[in-house]
Amino acid sequence: MTALAARNLCKAYGGVQAVDDVSFSVAAGEVLAMIGPNGAGKTTCFNMVNGQLLPDKGTLEFEGRSIAGRAPREIWRMGVGRTFQITATFASMTVRENVQMALLSHYRRLASLFSVAARQHREEAEGLLERVGMRDQAERACAVLAYGDLKRVELAIALANAPRLLLMDEPTAGMAPGERSELMQLTADLARDSNIAVLFTEHDMDVVFTHADRIVVLAQGRLIAQGDPAHVRADARVREVYLGSMHA
Amino acid sequence: MLSVRGLNAAYGRAHILFDIALRASKGEVVVLLGRNGAGKSTTLKSIIGLLRPLSGEILMRERSVSRLKPYQIARLGLGYVPEERRIFTDLTVMENLEVGRQARREDAPYWTPTRLFELFPNLGRMQDRLGGRMSGGEQQMLTIARTLMGNPAAILLDEPSEGLAPVIVEQMALTIRALKQEGLTVLVSEQNLRFAHAVADRAYIIEKGHIRYSGTMSDLESNGAVREQYLSV
Amino acid sequence: MTASAILIQFLNGLASASSLFFVAAGLSLIFGVTRIVNFAHGSLYMLGTYMGCSLVEYFGRTPLGFWGGVLIAGLAAALIGAMIEATLLRRLYQAPELLQLLATFALVLVIKDFALWAWGPEDVLGPRAPGLDGAVTIAGRAFPEYDLLLIALGPVVLGLLWLLLTRTRWGSLVRAATEDREMAGALGVNQGWLFTGVFALGSLLAGFGGAVNIPREPATLMMDLSIISDVFVVVVVGGMGSIPGAFLAALLISEIKAFCIGIGEVHAYGIDISFSKLTLVVEFIVMAIVLVIRPWGLLGRAASVARGPGTLEDPLRSPSRHLLALGVAVLGVLVLMPVLGDAYTLVLLGDILVFALFSVSLHFIIGPAGMHSFGHAAYFGLGAYGAALALKHLVPMEAALFAGPFVAALGAVVFGWFCVRLSGVYLAMLTLAFAQITWSVVFQWDSFTGGSNGVVDVWPAAWLGSKTAYYYLTLVLATAGILLLWRMLYAPFGYALRAVRDSPLRADAIGIDARRFQWAGFSLAGLFAGLAGALYAFSKGSISPEVVAIPRSVDGLVMVLLGGIQTLTGPVAGAAVFTWLQDTIARNTDFWRATLGVIILILVLAFPQGATGMLRRRFAREQS
Repeated sequence: MTALAARNLCKAYGGVQAVDDVSFSVAAGEVLAMIGPNGAGKTTCFNMVNGQLLPDKGTLEFEGRSIAGRAPREIWRMGVGRTFQITATFASMTVRENVQMALLSHYRRLASLFSVAARQHREEAEGLLERVGMRDQAERACAVLAYGDLKRVELAIALANAPRLLLMDEPTAGMAPGERSELMQLTADLARDSNIAVLFTEHDMDVVFTHADRIVVLAQGRLIAQGDPAHVRADARVREVYLGSMHA
Repeated sequence: MLSVRGLNAAYGRAHILFDIALRASKGEVVVLLGRNGAGKSTTLKSIIGLLRPLSGEILMRERSVSRLKPYQIARLGLGYVPEERRIFTDLTVMENLEVGRQARREDAPYWTPTRLFELFPNLGRMQDRLGGRMSGGEQQMLTIARTLMGNPAAILLDEPSEGLAPVIVEQMALTIRALKQEGLTVLVSEQNLRFAHAVADRAYIIEKGHIRYSGTMSDLESNGAVREQYLSV
Repeated sequence: MTASAILIQFLNGLASASSLFFVAAGLSLIFGVTRIVNFAHGSLYMLGTYMGCSLVEYFGRTPLGFWGGVLIAGLAAALIGAMIEATLLRRLYQAPELLQLLATFALVLVIKDFALWAWGPEDVLGPRAPGLDGAVTIAGRAFPEYDLLLIALGPVVLGLLWLLLTRTRWGSLVRAATEDREMAGALGVNQGWLFTGVFALGSLLAGFGGAVNIPREPATLMMDLSIISDVFVVVVVGGMGSIPGAFLAALLISEIKAFCIGIGEVHAYGIDISFSKLTLVVEFIVMAIVLVIRPWGLLGRAASVARGPGTLEDPLRSPSRHLLALGVAVLGVLVLMPVLGDAYTLVLLGDILVFALFSVSLHFIIGPAGMHSFGHAAYFGLGAYGAALALKHLVPMEAALFAGPFVAALGAVVFGWFCVRLSGVYLAMLTLAFAQITWSVVFQWDSFTGGSNGVVDVWPAAWLGSKTAYYYLTLVLATAGILLLWRMLYAPFGYALRAVRDSPLRADAIGIDARRFQWAGFSLAGLFAGLAGALYAFSKGSISPEVVAIPRSVDGLVMVLLGGIQTLTGPVAGAAVFTWLQDTIARNTDFWRATLGVIILILVLAFPQGATGMLRRRFAREQS
């Protein structure tokens, strides 16, 4: 079943066509990587999907409903979770409280004035932290965490929404090689077990070729190739504009 | 020319750098290689004084600069080119250069706008253009030219190839080699190994705030294991 | 209005705009480079006026004496400004924005008392400009010659500033530092001298703006705060940091004010509208409209993200056993106080309780919600007036006590709707504007609010009439209010406010509607500030527009910041210390403002994180 479908997306800034007629789709349970050189339009594409940018043209549908131009918070409500390229967490809260906030929002209990937030959905939050390997740091403030650990907290926050689509912008940037593979393996397992569609951008080709089911390649705002890893790796154009000789 | 010993630095409570040691001799191009978040930018910011180190010694021509303010360090002949370029977008090219201007120094090449426009012919053709209306590559040239106006003996370049088109990256490599010819010491941080090979004499590899490797570029070339472990893209 | 009347009002507007523009341009320059919103800028304007009057008297009323006096007054203000920067503000560039503001407000207090000491409480009338004291006839009406000169002076100064900023190296450095002062430093620019220079220039403009106005306006001790709120409006409407924007906004606002005066009373459809009374409010209405349509002012741009370390706040922990025990002990003592203390102590404690509630309600929005309000007195005042007027016109005291907070909450709902659309300095200015509008309405609506006389005979019901009974009422309601506010901070609602403050991006991405939460938080804070105001009204028996004025808002900020914005108990401790201190100083010296100002300055310099923040940090260090 198609979870996310983008058709003929276009976006220009000040005369530069950042994204030009790009179409792709992600099925439930599928892990799709979006790759390409800097400035190829990956981030622009990504920000249209997550609601930060409005496409000039084209359609974006999540489970058959249009999401183009919806605010990020509405997209979350539809069952989408996301992580940021530069991590964004609540620095004055503990790791667990960060996940609890996402859970409180998911269960629509944020407006409560008199219950004690730190006691709500505690076990569930710890369960999510367990899954991303952060349970032992649940009591620490997010402000003091290492960068790689923040990336994992972000994944737990996204999972708190029981998402059917997970958007991850450079999920492993700044992590050590071992950690990278671990995090993406975890993500891929989650996708298969819980039937979550995953769309991620990434610069680490080892991660992409190991964990993605399918890859789309952008260059200068256009989609130049898509298919399974073996197919993309063999594509002459992709090797010319992006992979170079190192990944032949 | 420039040496760093036992440098520790933190943002708030997050400890970022651990006992960093580096040195760069006169006329040498040294590259600091590492991934996003490894601590490259933090190292350069600590050297120029934008981030006060927790401990450690930073020496510029045998003189300790670790307690000085950025402007004092800059006036001792150390130039800094930030990763985000940080062009003054409301100022024209000429005004940007004017902000960088400092007195002539005996031990360093002397730069004037005219000389800089020979090095960066593009800038010479847009002297009155506002910084905010330039392309990424032009801004990258301007940010280097602006720093050279301070007549530095050594410069710190933070990821100069980041986000630039391949042709501009090539041009950037030529520029850095030209600066070396002028006798400048260059400490450049990079993720791009090919670019590093094109410009540097020697390399350090930084990972999670620790220096993991140091050697000449040719040593690094032959050491596939190190490249694989710390730099595989 | 006839065509000639319109022309004359237009010229009047132009003449007023010039001086306003000088002062606003100075503030804008200083803010652009140092990022400090300098409350004391209005005080330098006031000093310029006073010094101008004295210097012209001293030099003699000749053209040379007059213009020499005006120029030297400006230069003296520049010197004072440079000294303030070099000795005080320079130490605060890394401090939180609100604390910088507090320091500059302390300077306002000090300078006001200096002026009181040097020139006395009476207004000082300035001399007319020799040689320009006549009038010319324009369209059949007399128009002062001096005003024509002022009209010409505005564009001249704008032109000079433009040349200075765009045609000199110093100007390039100033513009570079305005955009990215850290980068300018890394290029070898000595920020110390640059900042002192900018402060001197800005202060020169303020002092000159004051001095040049002496033929038009007397020097008074009130002019510091009245000009600063005008200037805030001009700078915000024009766009913070934009000199042409300040010019445009000064023109716009002066013209609108001039026409309000010119139109005067209008009778239409059986209703009398007094446009001249609108002058106090109209600029704030203009500002509210401009900010909602263009959140960064007419010619301003989105503020660049502040570089440098933000203050990190620790996660919210449940109160420790020790703290709970201390709280119970304090409450116990408070309950026993009518037995232990005298009547005077009871009154002071009642005041402390009222201001503790006020301070906690302010902390609720400026701390956890991160919305820096400069105008919290609006809700205190609406609570006080709401209660007092309900008692006079509608209901018995018991009901009036609750009508007050209701009115305050209503005000907060309306004003908050605008405020949550902005952030940072602009939000602060808009809250100040709404407080000033509230003050103007209260001050001018004689028939309903009693105007400057206020409302008298606002006493509690008979069964609450004794000092002890009213003290207990205050104790119960203030404590309940404080505990409720704290409780909300531990609830999901309070966490959502902090989430929006910590990372708006992440909050949005997990489905939090930031504006709605901030709006609700703002309204709740208004409700409880209103309760404090209502309790205050009945404890004093009479109220005046002072309960809504700027100093009241600043008192709240002082309490919160001195106590420490990063702790929940800090605002209570701050309220207690501040109220006691104010009371003690006021009884022992005529110059209580200056004393208070100096104490605030010392505290700000000694504890840039607030007193309880410092204590807690020291405590944590000892434990680790």
